Amino acid sequence: MSTITLEDTERRKAWGFVAPALLWTVAFFIVPFLFMAAMSLWSRQSGQIIRVWNLDNYFAFFEKDSLFKGLTNSLEITLIVTVLSVLLAYPLAWIIAERVPKRFQRLALIMAVLPFWTSYVVRSYSWLLVLSRNGVINQTLMTFGLISEPLEIASNRTATVIGFVHFFVMLLTLTIYANLIQLSPNYRRAAADLGANALQTFWHVILPLTLPGIMTGAFLTFVLCIGDYVTPQILGGNNELVLPQIIMLQLGRRADFPMAAALSIILMLAVTVAYVLCARWLKIERA
Amino acid sequence: MRDVLTKVASFAYAGLIYGFIFLPVAVLVLFSFQDGRLPVPPFNGFSLQWYEAVFADRKLMAALANSFVVAIVSSLIACLLGFLAAYALARYKLPGSALQRGLLIAPMTVSYLIIALGLLTVLNTFGIKLSLWTVGIGHVVINLPLCFAIIYSSMGDHHINIERAARDLGANDFKVMALVTAPMLMPSILAAFFLSVTFSWDEFIIAFLLSRFDVTLPVEIWSLLRSGLNPKTNAIGSLVFLVSVAVLAVLELTLFGKTKKS
Repeated sequence: MSTITLEDTERRKAWGFVAPALLWTVAFFIVPFLFMAAMSLWSRQSGQIIRVWNLDNYFAFFEKDSLFKGLTNSLEITLIVTVLSVLLAYPLAWIIAERVPKRFQRLALIMAVLPFWTSYVVRSYSWLLVLSRNGVINQTLMTFGLISEPLEIASNRTATVIGFVHFFVMLLTLTIYANLIQLSPNYRRAAADLGANALQTFWHVILPLTLPGIMTGAFLTFVLCIGDYVTPQILGGNNELVLPQIIMLQLGRRADFPMAAALSIILMLAVTVAYVLCARWLKIERA
Repeated sequence: MRDVLTKVASFAYAGLIYGFIFLPVAVLVLFSFQDGRLPVPPFNGFSLQWYEAVFADRKLMAALANSFVVAIVSSLIACLLGFLAAYALARYKLPGSALQRGLLIAPMTVSYLIIALGLLTVLNTFGIKLSLWTVGIGHVVINLPLCFAIIYSSMGDHHINIERAARDLGANDFKVMALVTAPMLMPSILAAFFLSVTFSWDEFIIAFLLSRFDVTLPVEIWSLLRSGLNPKTNAIGSLVFLVSVAVLAVLELTLFGKTKKS
């Protein structure tokens, strides 16, 4: 590799180019994060922030059911959403890559992600139009006389999951398709030559080869889903709060910044654990 | 026979999923034309009254303009800082460059909520008032990693000789960057810019936590949601969707269509 010969002036110049971006990241990301981590060790009592270092917020999290339930709700919903989205998106990506004629594939893919371009907040709202008591599904079913009373499908966990799955099916179709299209057709030919049928080829050849792509997509889904406030807030009703909702609750009504900070650190730890669990597959992708 | 069967099954499945993907958007757009006060069936007839209501809503229009300014300015800053950093790290040997790259990418791995909360803590501590500026700062934080990564990964070594030629002919660093490197990397710089405009335009939680009186469009729509199901929300949602799709179509036909051919 050829690099420009370095003298002191050159090096100083290079630092000058990289410094603005580094400073920005340190000032507005690293420092705030450290501030937040420090604040999570303080506490708030009778409207005052007490600057005494302890782990009370973290103990409270494990002791108070209302807080701890947030994490388990978050994890349950995120896992359901991730698995459902992968299961629904994989066949679609496969159909686009294998069954749709080459010249229509780009169009098919663009169509599959078109609703991405509705505003994020509006996307959840539009599911409300479909699922609410007087929404499209209930009205349609009642018109055809299939039900006499509207179904309660909005404002609960099912609605949250539907809203999330809608978004992530689009995302995963994109990533899995990109993975499938890179596979050389020779793999399938070789498997066929060796006597594998379609199902065996898929199970023993195609699926393992696309696993890194699936895991990358699944990890992305996990991270985005567990950190999201908007979808559960609009669609989930107020019964089963997820962690981001509980964090926002600390900020709003109670103005308990230290607790919000502690819960955010816990949220980050959950993502880190997920990363460690997926790292094996994520690494293969990078190589 | 079996081939026909799998083919039918494939297209039936694809049809179902496409139906699922398009159902809420179709309902959103259809009932934005509702002649009545509820955006749910039955559809009473075609009316543009809710679009008139959107354009007559000063707060909504102000939020639209705010979103536009924040998205453009924060993306410009993110692209500029990202480009400079990518240039320095790709063309010079700096100590700890792997660490620097890691640092620049790091915000990508953290939830927006946590980034917003951290910034909010610092702003509160130093008594800095929340405004569109603070929202913009947050949006540069989330878009800088993206811009840096996209531009850095397209800075191949094969460009070095062209830059060296320019230097031999007497161009200084800024001239090389502005007249040689940037034009060569224009497709990826534009991709980074448009992607970060999209992200900033649509971002909610940072804009929600870091703004006060002047808000961006997603935050204004959020406060509209308090009124429940409302055809006006449908109208502004459809409007944003249709404009985005139009912009996307133009980009696809001009910018990206061209690069595909060459």
